[in-house]
Parts: sequence; C-alpha cells; structure tokens
Amino acid sequence: MSLSRLPDPDRGVLARSQTIINDLEQLIGAEAVISDEEGRRAFEADALTAYRRVPLAVVLPSSTEEVAKVLKYCHQNRIKVVPRGAGTSLCGGALPAEDAVVIGISRMNRVLEVDTANRTIAVETGITNLAITAAVEPDGFFYAPDPSSQLACTLGGNLAMNSGGAHCLKYGVTTNNVLGVRMVLVDGEIIEIGGPFLDAEGYDLLALIVGSEGQFGIITEATLRILPKAEGSRPILLGFASSEAAGQCVAAIIGSGIIPVAIEFMDKPAIAVAEAYAKAGYPLDVEALLIVEVEGSKEEMDRLASDIIEIAYTCQPTIVEPSTSDEHTERIWRGRKAAFGAMGRISDYYCMDGVIPLSRLPQVLTQIGQICARHQLRVANVFHAGDGNLHPLILYNANDADEAMRAEIAGAEILKLCVAVGGCLTGEHGVGIEKRDLMNEQFSPTDLTVQMRIKSVFDPNWLLNPGKVFPLEASPATSASEEAAA
Amino acid sequence: MSDLHRPGADWELQFMVAGCVEKELPIEVVGAGSKRAIGRPVDAAVTITTASLRGISLYEPTELVMSARAGTPLSAIEAELAARGQMLAFEPIDLGPATGGPQSQQTIGAVFATNLSGARRIQYGAARDHLLGIKGVNGRAELFQAGGRVMKNVTGYDVSRGLAGSWGTLAILTEVTFKVIPWPETAATVVFLGLPDQLAVELMSAAMAQPVEVSGAVHLQAPVAERLAHPGLRSMGKAVTALRLENFSSAVTARKQRLKEALKVYGKALELDHRESLEFWGELRRLSVMPNRQTLLWRVSTKPTNAPKLVAAIKRYMPAEAFYDWAGGLIWLEVPATADAGTAEVRRATAIHGGHATLIRAERSVRASVQVFQPLNPTVERLTRGLKTAFDPAGILNPGRMYANV
Repeated sequence: MSLSRLPDPDRGVLARSQTIINDLEQLIGAEAVISDEEGRRAFEADALTAYRRVPLAVVLPSSTEEVAKVLKYCHQNRIKVVPRGAGTSLCGGALPAEDAVVIGISRMNRVLEVDTANRTIAVETGITNLAITAAVEPDGFFYAPDPSSQLACTLGGNLAMNSGGAHCLKYGVTTNNVLGVRMVLVDGEIIEIGGPFLDAEGYDLLALIVGSEGQFGIITEATLRILPKAEGSRPILLGFASSEAAGQCVAAIIGSGIIPVAIEFMDKPAIAVAEAYAKAGYPLDVEALLIVEVEGSKEEMDRLASDIIEIAYTCQPTIVEPSTSDEHTERIWRGRKAAFGAMGRISDYYCMDGVIPLSRLPQVLTQIGQICARHQLRVANVFHAGDGNLHPLILYNANDADEAMRAEIAGAEILKLCVAVGGCLTGEHGVGIEKRDLMNEQFSPTDLTVQMRIKSVFDPNWLLNPGKVFPLEASPATSASEEAAA
Repeated sequence: MSDLHRPGADWELQFMVAGCVEKELPIEVVGAGSKRAIGRPVDAAVTITTASLRGISLYEPTELVMSARAGTPLSAIEAELAARGQMLAFEPIDLGPATGGPQSQQTIGAVFATNLSGARRIQYGAARDHLLGIKGVNGRAELFQAGGRVMKNVTGYDVSRGLAGSWGTLAILTEVTFKVIPWPETAATVVFLGLPDQLAVELMSAAMAQPVEVSGAVHLQAPVAERLAHPGLRSMGKAVTALRLENFSSAVTARKQRLKEALKVYGKALELDHRESLEFWGELRRLSVMPNRQTLLWRVSTKPTNAPKLVAAIKRYMPAEAFYDWAGGLIWLEVPATADAGTAEVRRATAIHGGHATLIRAERSVRASVQVFQPLNPTVERLTRGLKTAFDPAGILNPGRMYANV
C-alpha cells in the first residue's frame, strides 16, 4: 500500500553519504555507527511495516553528549535526523528517510536514580517502559503509563508519542507522569526542563515537548512520577448480547461515580480469535465483552465489584464473571493481552487508534462495520472503552495490493468518522506518517499553522523527523515563510 | 483603568485584537481580574476581559467532560458539577483573598491560563493535566483551536496544555474543555501536631508511599496554623500536619487505620470528620492562612525532601513563615516586605536546593522592579521568546506580565 507520499531524498546529501559516515565515525566512534547495507536495512521500518526506507546511516550513541555531537554535526550540515527508540511505532513515527541519519537511543537505558521519598525515578530514555516499573517494584511503586508494547517500547518513544495504555483511565497518560527532561535541541545544545518537583517554571515546555513526535529534539533523560502500587487488582468479565448494551454499561459505570482502573472492550470477531488462541474461557455466544478492573484492598475490591455488577445488571448482561482467584485474573486478562498477537496469526491487520465521545459508541461501531463491509474487509474491535479510544483492527492480506489499499482507505474513513462525531484521529499511537494527510480533517489551516510555528521555534530548518505529523504540502512552505519573516 | 472592552463573541474578540495589532496597542488580558495584583504589572492602553464570554457549552457527566466559555465564573462551573455529583479534581486555589483581590470571582479560563492547582494536585494532577482542548485568539488575531473533547488525544502537538500557565501572554482563551471526576463519597483528615518541618515532610513522604491514595498532604508551621478557622487546631499553638483521604466510607475508615498504623512513630493522630475536612481543605484552597497584609508572599516549588532545608536557608536571612503543600513540594512562604522582596536570598536558596520561586504578593512598585517569575536559563529563555513570537509577534498580549519583553 503506501498512500502517504514520502518526501524525495536530498540528492546532495546522498552524494555525500560516505563523507557523512566517516565524519560520524570520527565523532562518536565507528563502533556506534551502522553504515553497511544489511545493518541499515534492519532499521528501515517500524511497526507500520507498509512503509520502508533504508536510512543513510544509523548511530547508537551512549551518552547525551554523543547525541549532542551528532545533532550539532547534522544541523551544521543540514542533514535530516530521525530519532528512534525501539521502533514499535504503529504510525510510522520512526520511519527513516534515505537522506536521514537515524539516532537510536537504545544503548542509553540506565536507571539514574530511584527516589521513593520524593516518588520519582530518573532514567535514560532508551530504557523500556516495563523496566521502569521493574526498577521501583521492589519498593512498592510503579510507573503508570502502560502501552501494550511495554515490554519492548522505550520511554523515549513514549515521550515522543505521549503514550497511554489500558490503565490511563485512572492514572493518566505519559504527559501526566513526566516531571522533567534533559533534551538535546536540533543544534546540539543540551537543555534541562523541570525536575523532581511538580511543576516547571515559565511556559509549559514539557507539555509541548511530550507528544511532539521527535520533532522538537531528542530527550535523553527524564524524571518521572512513580505511584504506590495498589494492594491488589481484580477484573470482572461482562458479556452482552449487543455492543450497544456494553456501551451503555460503560457509561452507567462511569456515570455512577466509579472510575475503574481499566475498562476494556472486545467485539465478537475479536473474542473468537482471542479465545481460539489464548483459551481464556471467553463465551463465544456474546456480541461484546467488557473487562472491568478494580483495585485496592480486598474489602475495597469486594465493594467496588459488587457495585459494578449491580450497575451491569441494569444493562442486561448475559455473562457476569468476577475473578475469584489470581489464576482466574490471569485467565481473564490472557485473552485480551493476546488479542493483537492472535489476530496477527490469522491475518495481517491495520490497527486504528481513533477516539470518540463514549455516547457515540454504538453508532460508531455500527458504521465501522458498514465501512469495512463496503470495502469487503473484516474488522475486529479491541479497545479501551473507558476513554473512548477505539482500536479497530482491519484485517487484510498484505500480499494482495488491492486489498491492502482498500484497508488503508477504510482506515481513513473510520478516522474521519471519529472526527465527525466529535473525536480525534489518534488517542495514543501518534500521527506519524500514517495519519499525516488526515490532519486537515481535524484542524483548520490556521490551527495547523499555529502548531507548525511551534515546530519552527524548536527546529527552524525542519530537520527533525521530517515528513511526518503535518500534510506534506503544508509543512516546508510554512517553514520557509517563517524563516523569511524572521 | 485603561479602555475596557468586553467582547461577547469570539469574532468580536478577534476583531478587537485585530484592531490592536494594527495600532500596535498593548492589551491587558483579564477574566474577572481577581489575579490582577499578581505578576509584573502590565502597562496597556486597552484591557480586554473575557467576562462576557460565559456559559457551559457542553457537559456530559457520563463522559466526565465539560466545555465552558472562558469567562464563566469558576463558582458557576463548580455548582453545575456538584449538582451531578462531580468536581474539578485539581481543586483550583483562589489567590484573590491573599492578594487583595475579590474572593470566588475567578473565571475558568483564568484558572487554566495560570494553571492553578490545589492540594489534590499530588494525587490527581495539575489544572493542565485536566485540560483537553481550547479555543482562543492569539496575538496575530487568529482564532484557533487545539485539542478536543475526548479523554485521549495525541493528534498533533499538545498546544492546549502548552498554553496552560502562560498567563495570557500567548493567546486569549475563549473556551476551555476539561476533564472532571466524581465527588468522593466521603473525606477524612488525619492530623499530627507539633512536628518540626523536617519530620513533617518525612511523615508526608511515608504517607504518600502507602497505597491509600492520600489526596492532600500539608504542613502548617505553628504561626500559620494559628490562622486556621478550626477552633481546635487554631488554639493548640502547634504546627499542624494533615493528610486527607477520600473514597467511599468503608474504604476511608480502613485506610485511616492503615495510615495511622504506618505513621504511629510520629505520635498520636487526631481526626477531622467529613464536614470538618471540607472546611479545613476549603480554607487552604482560599489560602486564608496567608491573608492579605503588608508582607510578601512567595510560592516555591521544590523537591519535597529539600523543602525544609530550603526554608531554613531563607530563614537565615529573614523571618519567614511557611505553609507546605503537595507533601512538601510546594511552599507558600510569607516574609517581611522589603524593596527587593528578598529576591536574592530566595533565589539563592532555590538555586542550592533545586526548584523555582514566584513572588505572588508584593507592592506594584516592587513587582515592577524585581523578577517576579523565576529567571530562565538562556536556552529556555530563547525558546520562550520564540514561542512568544510565534503566537504574538508584536508583543501586544499582556506584555511583560511574566518576563520583560515576553
């Protein structure tokens, strides 16, 4: 497929490839530079594998200072830079370009300081999301944002995309849990913003940097908020004869004043695939399943679970199954956690990330079904229901160019639908290359210009993670006109 | 007062700003004006208030979301939320009474424009964490929007949150959309008396590490505690360290026991019941323990465990009385009035112990002559000026309110 056009590489830069590689090796050592064809090819794509570009070179620095040297060099020589964490982006956020140097932060993965008295942890950003929680777990703490890829994804990528996860309904997403960063700007300057305190001085630069998709600089260290772990957690499995009833149940729970830690939704096709693979004991005769998780002490969980079940009964559930043991808890979550992988075993899929106001859920699910049927595609829905963050998985055969194209078109139609009902294009994956050309659906030209001017403040020549986030025809023009005005 | 304009619609505001852009007229941006005496004084020919942009434009209790015009009084928002058993999680403080402004007048737009958060910030996040979307007019007279009305949104840069805390220097907000949460069924407060600052912060750290969701952790030095309205706490002549628990009743009861058990080495704890808790935390929200008078009020943000050392460092140079919020991470510090506001000493202490300081209350002449907000390092200052230029190239919105020439 590949609907999004990729920018043409700068021939001047390509002609200087060998010089650039030599210079980079001089700067941070040959051992930290990958320049052979095969080595570079390993970095040609992220998890959105429909798009591939082999980069000019890949560098793997071991310190902030090395990142600064590389950025300074690239800035002086007008070479584009693509930052990369673990390459788990689902939107092409880490997709390289032929004329760009990839700066991978994976070697910078140390825990710098655990400070439980102040409830913070300082880490290098190449650390994986799960390793952060692992570092504080012995002290009874955890790091809240938990994207599905948490075993592999780096904090650097989480910061770039402002990642969420199943438990952000209660604990917020990345931006709500970051207190400070050490970052290298495009010209190689190192800055520190915020720190181990609850607000930073001046403008809220952290808010702008988190979620800027690697376009404002490369964050090399961060100070994060950690929270005491609840005594226990327990899911309740609820089955419904219709998606509408499940949607009503979600609204009824939240409307009653209870905010569960997570509310996950799966529709019939997703249940079937997950159950076949994970043997979680899911009922196969329901149209929709909810997993509602509560946490706290045993007594607190008993009380919350009984309240939720009482509310659920007003929505005519066909199955009500609270977890009764640790084994049971593991089994209920096993299917949900395996859903994406299980889906991948039976088909290629295209994972969408639109968000909708919860009240529109039944309507939107129906329309998603209609869109996919019109394009002769199957779809399964697995998503975070509590905050309206949908993840329709459009199934297609990647070896069938026509089907792949139809999948991408159907995906775009679904996202437009999300925007039309008052939602947005992406809740936690980011815009990247994938949704770049849909930005006009959500924002007016002025809204986009306001954003692009901020980009120009941090990166006047638009060298960082180029060709993403904004429609291609809009971005360079703005950059040029801003420069002329400056 | 300068020429006062009260636009009643976005287009009207846009038209007014366009006029000012054309004539290069600086604009003082206000909501209800309750925080006018905070920050560097703004000299402007024109004042624009958002007070006539009012009304709740969207409220979906089952989606935990509300949108309101920027000039809607916070009191109206909170009344509407309370009627449906909901509230703003971040418990915005009211700086009016402490700075000689009116009480309970502030607008919802100004709450976000100044990112004001109260005691519950330690558990639920700051004002900016609850902001989902905005509409506004920048210094180019462009009407724009950012974010949206859904809970999760990473579509483009987070411009809404980036505008929180910019004190009207980047854009005039016309509408804000934010997250709300249910009122907890009940609240209780566990109080320890007579602890020195160092021990109190240690206690608060220990409390925050317990899985009981402490939603307020404050320490009032003895002279500050004497200003409390609660007769029992006021008359003790002792420092007050208080921890708030909020949840359904049986959870609060169990958590209270657990907390007291974990903290028993700090002495016997008193308890405030639900009603007393509402009053106690309500007082702190109005900052009534730091009443308006001829003293200076500093707001210092720091690493909690460094807070007592920071206060002690300042005390070596001047008398100072402290109210610690956010488990020690936020210090409200009252010091005697001087021409330079003790700026050098306060900034030296924050430089040594980490964090930043803002002068909240001082005479206009003092605020005009000292750095009210924390001075920025050169690179951050360059980015700050860059953002100012991106939003307001002519520098007409609240010029100099935060920093000279910003």
